[in-house]
Amino acid sequence: MKFDLTVNGRKRTVEAPAEMPLLWVLRDELGLVGTKFGCGIGMCGACTVHLGGKAVRSCQTPVSEVGKGAVVTIEQVGASAVGAKLQKAWTELDVPQCGYCQAGQLMSASALLAQKPKPAREEIAEAMNGNICRCGTYDRIFRAIELAAGTGGKANG
Amino acid sequence: MADAILAPSRRGFLTAALLAGGGLAVEFSLPLGRAQAATVGTSAVGAFVSIAPNGAVTIVNKNPEIGQGIKTAFAMMIAEELDCDWAQVTAVQQADANPAIYGPQGTGASQSTPNNWLPLRRAGAAARDMLVRAAAARWGVDPSSVTTAKGRLSHAASGRSLGYGEVASAAAALTPPDLKTVKLKTPAQFSIIGKPTKGVDTPRVVKGEPMYGIDTRLPGMLYAVYEVAPANGGKLVSADLADAKAAPGVKHVVQLKGVGPIDALVDGVAILATNWWLANQARSKLKLEWDLSAQKGHSWDAYVAKAKTLLAEKPQLDLIRSGDVEGKLASAAKRVAAVYEIPFLAHATLEPQNCTALYKDGALEVWAPSQIPAGGKAQISKFLEIPEDKITFHVTKIGGGFGRRLRNDYTVQAAAIAKAVPGVPVKLLWSREDDIRRDFYRPSGWHGFEAGIDANGKMIAFKDHFVTFGKDGKSAMFANMHADHFPYGIMPDAAVVQSTLEIGVPIGALRAPVSNGLCYAFQGFLDEVAIAAGTDLPRLLLDVFAEDKLVGEPDQPEKAQTAFSTKRARAVIAKAAAMSNFTSKPIAPGRAMGFGFYFCHNGHFAEVVDASVKDGQVSVHKVWVAGDVGRQIVNPMGAEAQVRGSVLDGLSQALEGQKITFVDGQIEQSNFHDFRLGRNDRNPAVEVAFVASDSHPTGLGEPALPPVIPALANAIAAATGKRVRTMPIDLSALA
Repeated sequence: MKFDLTVNGRKRTVEAPAEMPLLWVLRDELGLVGTKFGCGIGMCGACTVHLGGKAVRSCQTPVSEVGKGAVVTIEQVGASAVGAKLQKAWTELDVPQCGYCQAGQLMSASALLAQKPKPAREEIAEAMNGNICRCGTYDRIFRAIELAAGTGGKANG
Repeated sequence: MADAILAPSRRGFLTAALLAGGGLAVEFSLPLGRAQAATVGTSAVGAFVSIAPNGAVTIVNKNPEIGQGIKTAFAMMIAEELDCDWAQVTAVQQADANPAIYGPQGTGASQSTPNNWLPLRRAGAAARDMLVRAAAARWGVDPSSVTTAKGRLSHAASGRSLGYGEVASAAAALTPPDLKTVKLKTPAQFSIIGKPTKGVDTPRVVKGEPMYGIDTRLPGMLYAVYEVAPANGGKLVSADLADAKAAPGVKHVVQLKGVGPIDALVDGVAILATNWWLANQARSKLKLEWDLSAQKGHSWDAYVAKAKTLLAEKPQLDLIRSGDVEGKLASAAKRVAAVYEIPFLAHATLEPQNCTALYKDGALEVWAPSQIPAGGKAQISKFLEIPEDKITFHVTKIGGGFGRRLRNDYTVQAAAIAKAVPGVPVKLLWSREDDIRRDFYRPSGWHGFEAGIDANGKMIAFKDHFVTFGKDGKSAMFANMHADHFPYGIMPDAAVVQSTLEIGVPIGALRAPVSNGLCYAFQGFLDEVAIAAGTDLPRLLLDVFAEDKLVGEPDQPEKAQTAFSTKRARAVIAKAAAMSNFTSKPIAPGRAMGFGFYFCHNGHFAEVVDASVKDGQVSVHKVWVAGDVGRQIVNPMGAEAQVRGSVLDGLSQALEGQKITFVDGQIEQSNFHDFRLGRNDRNPAVEVAFVASDSHPTGLGEPALPPVIPALANAIAAATGKRVRTMPIDLSALA
């Protein structure tokens, strides 16, 4: 089937089975490999993208359900003020270790800050709980979000 | 003595060449002599360091980056001795597999830092030396009157100065200095090493730029899955591939015959499609019949039953024995005995195993997230019969290693699939289910401990019956205990005896291999001994390690600093106890501290966990870590991250129920719902102190992990009175 999508501000037409997850459309059909595959069952958050401004797991989003919603991926998130601030904070605190989960972490964090510019730590914890970091960079992730939000950024130690 | 770790055989060798467009390219051959290295030739990519005419410095990172931060640390070592400004280092490139130039390139056992600390600094210093001589020649002054700082050369007497880039092409024409005698900075002169430094890849990671193995894309590339037997060693008896071949998007279905050991190529069927999801969907269309008889009886429950039988029987082998342990146990005022069990574990790197390969005109090119690239290249060559000089092996950025990618099975698979479809680039990617079920698992193990305490509360005898995997008492690799493990060389009356059961599932190295299991068992039991002796674990350890000793081939000069040192152990034990105000008494109802110490991968680490237990839930409030990894922390920013990550990794193993089980060799877990990883709700405060010693800097990927597990288990015992003798922790038993 043919689907007309808006990805990172561009109109894209893809030919794919209706149930094919957006993740594989992005990675294999459109070549946007910044969005990562981790589990395929919505458990790890590595594949998080924005759909209509909300964080979604692209491995659990069939291409047929994308509709007219704007898809934004890690490749384009820096074009928004919130995304750029988060990328800067991530770099400033050197959040990544292996870095593989960080695209998903940044997409979840940017959806959170777009909706709630100054989240409490508990709200960050809840919004980010679906994103696994196998290297254990959680403390720097909390700090980077707080740094970008202007609410803190202190190490837990 | 200080530099003894660099054995003469590791002495490097240097060549220099003119960079295309002018500039200096320094090539540094680690293990080989001049004749062999000279045949490799020089290029900007093959060089360790190159300086462009505008002064921009490019550094090549020789070892795979798996999240341990070596790409940044190595660049820092080179840039330090080059004496450039860190901001001048505009690119750090990843080297292909090429041991002829780079020497050993494996990432493992936390050895990258100790093995390269001097050679890489010497390479940087050699380049600096050539720049100095080039400037001196231009100015007609003595090289000794030329100084360097932040990528500039100065002659104080005449007030002249030049940027490195301005003399780089002249420097390229000079003879490199002898690496044995090139002068290195003193630690007081360091301006890059020891400074918190951000990861060189971070700016690209946060933008989602393609860097990882899974990101590899080539024109005309097909996407592959590889279906294998549901149990290790299964043979493909018959295959009906017709339906899979007819599935949407599928271009090829290829049956492959296994060759070599399991980490080479096993029997299987590859499906190649226009995208990965279509390839993966087509798997359900395969009609395959497997012979799984080889795995019959290899079940977790059967292993547990057999281990219990072996624990009660006469041990098969004496591993460590000194004095009269049985006599001392018999005469002891008090005896303590307990059995500890360690589970099988998967690695679960977040980037699933993958590899891209293209076979064309008899030559193979691969892009692999491999911790052992040279090993992968050799394996492909051997088992697929492609000459090594026809294989180009690119190393990608790696989404987590933890020891999984010390095996190149997925690399060989990708190469084999590519070889079956010449001219077509193939990206093989495993699903998460493949990844959990085709691992080389951290082996389980059982310890039947006994200790004797005299009337004065001193531990006078220690015995362990270790039941592990292997044959006739001899352990398999990674299921072993080192011959110089505690109590060897420490306790006068002690024994470790061993029995083995035959292994069916593949086993391998998981972050802090061997140590990650042994530490929990030994330090958990010693905590029990300490309590029975009326003391606490740090005091008991300080007493056991009271005499200055080096254990572990200290007679070999290059091993002396990497041996276990009771003195260094005491220092970190005392430090961790002091920084945490350690007490073995509960600090509140249901809340207590626990202690753990271990020496592994050249690092001495003591850790304290403050945890509380309520309604079957464990909360970790704070972890204190005191570690000795030598006299110099190369990158404090990376070091803190490694320690914190190790701590969370250990806590996840214990608290997330991590355990791999199997029936007739078929793994029962499959994804993150039944093999759970820690999430952000466990983010305890972690306080880290590095205790400097007069030893070389050693690696930090592993040694901070093991002690946190017994520290947690011991805290739970102190808080609840319930001793944890089986991992992972059964939270329902704490409710």
